[in-house]
Amino acid sequence: MKLLTHIIKTEWKSLLRGKWVIGYTLIFLLLTDSLLRFGGGGPETLLSLSNVMLLFIPLVGMIYGILYIYQSREFVELLLTQPIDRKVLYWGLFLGISTPLMAAFIIGSLLPLAWHGILVLDSSSSALVLGLGGMLTLIFVSLGFVFGLMFYDDRIKGFGFTIVIWLFLAILYDGIVLLLVFVFGDYPLEQFVIAASALNPIDLARILVMLEFDISALMGYTGAVFNRFFGQSTGLITASGMLVLWLITPTWLGLRIFKKKDF
Amino acid sequence: MIEIKDLKKSFGDLQVLKGMNIAIPKGQATGIVGPNGAGKTTLIKTILGLVKPDSGTLHVNGTRLNGDWLYRRDIGYMPQVARYPENMRVYELLNFIKGLRDQEAVYEQELIEQFNLQSELEKPLRTLSGGNRQKIGATLAMMFNPDILFFDEPTAGLDPRSSHKFKLRVKKEREEGKTIFITSHIMSELEQLVDHVIFILDGNIRYYGTMSDLLEHSQEDRLEAAIARLMDEPMYGTGSELKQSEETTSPLKMELA
Repeated sequence: MKLLTHIIKTEWKSLLRGKWVIGYTLIFLLLTDSLLRFGGGGPETLLSLSNVMLLFIPLVGMIYGILYIYQSREFVELLLTQPIDRKVLYWGLFLGISTPLMAAFIIGSLLPLAWHGILVLDSSSSALVLGLGGMLTLIFVSLGFVFGLMFYDDRIKGFGFTIVIWLFLAILYDGIVLLLVFVFGDYPLEQFVIAASALNPIDLARILVMLEFDISALMGYTGAVFNRFFGQSTGLITASGMLVLWLITPTWLGLRIFKKKDF
Repeated sequence: MIEIKDLKKSFGDLQVLKGMNIAIPKGQATGIVGPNGAGKTTLIKTILGLVKPDSGTLHVNGTRLNGDWLYRRDIGYMPQVARYPENMRVYELLNFIKGLRDQEAVYEQELIEQFNLQSELEKPLRTLSGGNRQKIGATLAMMFNPDILFFDEPTAGLDPRSSHKFKLRVKKEREEGKTIFITSHIMSELEQLVDHVIFILDGNIRYYGTMSDLLEHSQEDRLEAAIARLMDEPMYGTGSELKQSEETTSPLKMELA
């Protein structure tokens, strides 16, 4: 435990010194503030913020995770020759680099929400959006780790794979599901649609946002089915549970690869 | 004491270690030589636990390597390429590694002075020259006073003065009874630092013994010439296979041309 915090602290320090985590915070600060100024505040602003978040956090998280693996290759190898458990090193590195990124998003968006008074007005919705952003950060940094470890010697492939996965999950997915529903419209498809949305963490997060704001018109097909099938509160709980599974699976997979890998 | 029995390792279709057997007693200084891609680095990485063998056993100081990590308390490793987090400062790196190893860094000050690193301690690692980074690597390897030391191409980036100091330091470690491994392509350097040689070719150990025996056997007076001779010697096994494959590929190349 002492070892783990030692690794995490060192990573924090060196990340804070590289100024770009602070830049990332400022981007969300400016974005949220301007959305609040021009959007007039209220739930619409939170919705716009969550739309930006659903698009960019996955991309930034994955690129950040894979870049870390590629950039600190020699350093990680040196650390692996020290008398420490690979498991501890993995958690130390993962938490050490993912938590600052998570904090950057949360702090950057939280501050404008606080000074515009939205945090008090819509506290549960704000908490949900911020929490989801943090969760997505962890999920996608760990996915970046997994791809970095899988394509350890082939950076071009690793980056290419990352971009394709992001395009697929963030942009194409809902369209493909809709197309399938359109083609197989004569069959009962509710369970298929629910399974399909559970396979995409971005979709799950989107559904959670839509359920919270209760805007069926904006819900997208998977969201509407989710709402009808589970109702609002059960839907929220089910989708959250699936998202937690989405956090556990890639981190565990990354750990497994890290433990077995030849460096 | 390091004992290796029938060690095999493949990366995909490529067999890198083809059943190595070797026992290295405590206190011996050994040079590991061989052409690029022969398996030197893989052998070292396997002993360090970075690479997991497909089959065979390894014992380091009586501990069998099997996912265990405590045995690395006795090992210091200086990598060939030294790259560290860019924003970290030198003293922070030293503190970081000290926090990872629950051991006293007895030689820290001594090594910093010896390698003239005092003025570099406050600098971020990205601003350091390649040679200074190498010296930091050497410091990290030796400061905990481990029994077994690995140096992978240690003097490649060092200026003559630092290289000389490094060699003096290795000689001192050797006199203290440390087990030392050095890989290098500079044979004159190995002549100064080690007395035993492991020659690896195509994943096999071709020669393991004292340097004087090797010189005597090959009737050469320099290690470089003796090793060059070992590489050229048409020998049984993998050597002849290599020749054959060269012959079969060359007509193909001509057709393509």
